[in-house]
Amino acid sequence: MNDVAKASFIERAATATPAPVARVIKGLSDRAIAWLFISPTIILLLAINIFPLIWTIQLSFTNYRANRPNAEVKNIGIDHFQSILTDPDVWAAMQATAHFVFWTILIQTVLGFALAYLVDRRFRGHGFWTTVILIPMMLSPAVVGNFWAFLYQPQIGLFNYVISFFTGLDPSSFEMIGSVKLAPWAIVLVDTWMWTPYVMLICLAGLRSIPEYIYEAAEVDRASKWRQFWTITLPMALPFIMLAVLFRGIENFKMFDLVNLLTNGGPGSTTEVASITLKREAFEKWRTGYSSAFAIILFVTVFGLANIYVKALNKVKSR
Amino acid sequence: MTTTTKSSWPRWLRRGPMENVATVLIAAGVLMLLQSFSMTLYTYSFITTLVGTAMFVVVSKFPE
Repeated sequence: MNDVAKASFIERAATATPAPVARVIKGLSDRAIAWLFISPTIILLLAINIFPLIWTIQLSFTNYRANRPNAEVKNIGIDHFQSILTDPDVWAAMQATAHFVFWTILIQTVLGFALAYLVDRRFRGHGFWTTVILIPMMLSPAVVGNFWAFLYQPQIGLFNYVISFFTGLDPSSFEMIGSVKLAPWAIVLVDTWMWTPYVMLICLAGLRSIPEYIYEAAEVDRASKWRQFWTITLPMALPFIMLAVLFRGIENFKMFDLVNLLTNGGPGSTTEVASITLKREAFEKWRTGYSSAFAIILFVTVFGLANIYVKALNKVKSR
Repeated sequence: MTTTTKSSWPRWLRRGPMENVATVLIAAGVLMLLQSFSMTLYTYSFITTLVGTAMFVVVSKFPE
């Protein structure tokens, strides 16, 4: 748009403003106009984020049940918090979460860094293979959960046949999502398949940020490739690896969709992670006050981890 | 030439060290929540994380 056309557009917009509105706006300061523009966003944020949070905090101190809206609501103090933090079943759910978080982070970090190290070699066709590797993380978790549930089917699923091809086991002799021993690993495998590319991407950014002259100086000093890896590559990529670990830790701590679609917490309560317990308390047992208290515990944990994440992010940015 | 003004804020109350203390508290709280050895540690995990998080929010406003 040239200057003349732009000027005429502004003039037309100015004349189109109704006179009373124009008079009001004319009397406003720049600061007031700025507030006028950001106020819809603030109101929306208050309505969909802050208000439900405050309401949840308030509900966590009551015996409110959403399926009994007319029952008397009593203030019961920190009773829900006490019962959650002394309940062996909730503790077991936390341990299932810990198993999931620990193994996914460990495997994803090792595999992600190894893939990033490979892709950083810039071999022939590395761009194409990077794109192929990134495909799983672009899929919706709902889609991934559903098709892995099909892949894990003991009768028709492809996964059992692939395992049987490599190990010689009978395909119908084991069930990935029906077995108490294998089900926790089944969800670890799916999450690893989906999110290793993300860790790879962050590690790749870390590896690409290392200046080439450091390696050249190491070559001059006749440092071996092994020595260069341990004294240059790994320490300089470490803040990025930490960032990936924290981000995946936060995400997997509140993991719901994949677990819900694959095992729904079963068999028994083997894969019942914290978010599945929360869903059951809130929408199956209808203990709204109790589940609000549980949600607050999870929220404070995630909020605390997010603070560390932001701190790590600032450290990486200042490099 | 630049002049530096000496802050009257105590050195030990600066943002950096206090943020580190808060970070350790949060990490300890999360580990206590997710460990499988002691019910007592699990019981006190939330209050540890809460104190760490509240402390982090407050000390992040302190001067460097």
